[in-house]
Amino acid sequence: MAIASASSASNLFYRWRRPLEAIALPIAALVVAMVIFGLFCALAGSNPLAVYGSIYRAAFGSWSAWQNTLIRAAPLMLTALCTALPARLGLVIIGNEGALVIGGLAAVIVGLGLGTTVPALMAQLAMALAAIGAGGLWIMLAGALRHYRGVNETISSLLLNYIAIALMNHLVEGPMRDVEFVTKPSSAELDAALWIGNLPGSRIHYGLLYGLIACVIAYVLIQRTTFGFAARTAGGNVRAAKIAGLPVGKLTLAVCFLGGSAAGLAGMVEVAAVQKRINESLVSNYGYAGILVAFVSRHNPLATILVAILLGGILASGGILQRSHELPDATVLVFQGIVFLCVLFSDSLYGRLPWFQERSVM
Amino acid sequence: MATEALGWWGVPLGILAGTLRGSAPFLFVSLGECLTEKSGKINLGLEGTLLMGAMSAYGISYLSQGALGEFWAPWLGVLVAGLAGMVLGAIHGWLSQQPRVNDIAVGIAMIIFGSGFAFFLGKPFIQPQAPQLLTFDWGAWSSNPAVQSALKVSPLFLIGVAIAPLLQWFFRSTRWGLYVRAVGDSPDAARAMGISIFKVRFLSTMAGSFLAGVGGACLSLYYPGVWTERISSGQGLMAVALVIFARWKPVQCLWASLLFGGAQAIGPAFQSVGINAYYYLFNAAPYILTLLIMILTCSPKRTLIGAPGALGKMD
Repeated sequence: MAIASASSASNLFYRWRRPLEAIALPIAALVVAMVIFGLFCALAGSNPLAVYGSIYRAAFGSWSAWQNTLIRAAPLMLTALCTALPARLGLVIIGNEGALVIGGLAAVIVGLGLGTTVPALMAQLAMALAAIGAGGLWIMLAGALRHYRGVNETISSLLLNYIAIALMNHLVEGPMRDVEFVTKPSSAELDAALWIGNLPGSRIHYGLLYGLIACVIAYVLIQRTTFGFAARTAGGNVRAAKIAGLPVGKLTLAVCFLGGSAAGLAGMVEVAAVQKRINESLVSNYGYAGILVAFVSRHNPLATILVAILLGGILASGGILQRSHELPDATVLVFQGIVFLCVLFSDSLYGRLPWFQERSVM
Repeated sequence: MATEALGWWGVPLGILAGTLRGSAPFLFVSLGECLTEKSGKINLGLEGTLLMGAMSAYGISYLSQGALGEFWAPWLGVLVAGLAGMVLGAIHGWLSQQPRVNDIAVGIAMIIFGSGFAFFLGKPFIQPQAPQLLTFDWGAWSSNPAVQSALKVSPLFLIGVAIAPLLQWFFRSTRWGLYVRAVGDSPDAARAMGISIFKVRFLSTMAGSFLAGVGGACLSLYYPGVWTERISSGQGLMAVALVIFARWKPVQCLWASLLFGGAQAIGPAFQSVGINAYYYLFNAAPYILTLLIMILTCSPKRTLIGAPGALGKMD
């Protein structure tokens, strides 16, 4: 008995080692990334601690900073789902940018078409549905090509990015061009009634709620429903899933549609809350940053919320590095790259570190 | 360009000029990707490598012009661009072979890291003019300036054209080429032969990234011949599609690069005679073409003809 009580603490640790490992490794990866980036800043002639202080202040240091961060986190949550959901089926989708652009395009076309002929709330709903449908179908195309033709979904979704951006440029340059707006080729402006408003007492638009709700729904769907169970099973072993009679093709299409619809909704949020019209500015790398968020959160939709806020903060601090440390704005990109590489490496350490390993009976 | 004077003849001439100029980076980057994929790993990070190569080539050419003169400084830039690419390739080659690490994800991380690093270090080089690689002026016989400028051919392009059959020979007839093919096609067989899979993939990724870095040098030291942050515009990502298009055969990479370079020039060529209507859709032509080819030639029953057996599989 004495032996049992002495080792109860370590037993407790032993029972929780998997979740502890899942929390400790990403945090350790972040710390290592911060040390490497700190060295980088030191080499560039800046005091790393001062740089981190500035990033913190610009990202989370005040209510105003938090607002900047959350505005950027909203589209990241949605675009991350575009990679995270299909990843559960073992698909690597990187067409987030294209789905975002197509979603934004569909929302603007519907918004300009409806104008003020219907109540604003209905028009906004129609815009959101158009964006969800268009983005969903766009990524579903990659899923369908994968399932029916064996086309690699990573490459096809990548190509679809460029095709989507070209389509948008073609439309705003030609058929949809607003001749009044001269600074760059753009569509006409959406009616003010169709803009997504701000949360009371802030500059944060309601898009943040869309992002949060979508992540929660995605989590419940994947972790708590039979659909999610089927998707995870198929992602684990396709052959076993087929033998068990799961409709792998339909699952592929459905999951890709859901992922794409989230990115499409991000496009609607960006045009209706930030840009107010569609032009090249919509292509601002939220798609590629979303891939990063999805991988860092290990494709877990709830973790996505946290990681999106963290990355939103890093993105929000780009300006201040330029102003107060005379570092180029690309510094933030270097930081993102280092974080991503460290987190990927930490993935390979699961089950390899001695502290978290199963111990043989003493 | 002075193609207006030529009227409609400006269109084919513009496409020819664009093919000769624009295909050089495609060529290097696709040959590099071909080498890496033959060993069984995908390197999506070549976009970052291309930017890093373009930046370092331009920067080195600018900084060393005083010491080396206008002729040699760009060539040192080309060499450093290749070496910079190799460093990025080493990171990719090592990290993507760790257990449970997806090479596509590493590629995307390397795009962010490589482009961030290139933009960071390249900030001071956006304004100044660096010495450019000297070109062969094969258009000197013509009095027409448009013809003259169209037939300015870079030695780098010719080197790329020479490397393509050389690489084909390397795969087919050398011991090392056999190692690369064995590792990419059947890691188990390679292991049985006593080949280190890690080493072969690591070196293949590094060599492929060297070529991609040189491809970046084509961008900044030949055409368009400046260093800006938008210089690569997705050409590194296209390498993956190009290699599929070329069926993992180096000589076909050459034809594919010429085709993509030419397709890229269709939009600007039409624009030069006043046709703007489908400019952006023409620019998307290579992407649409690749997607169509993939749809037509893929089948759910088997992998692509010519694809290395272990490509995209975890081992």
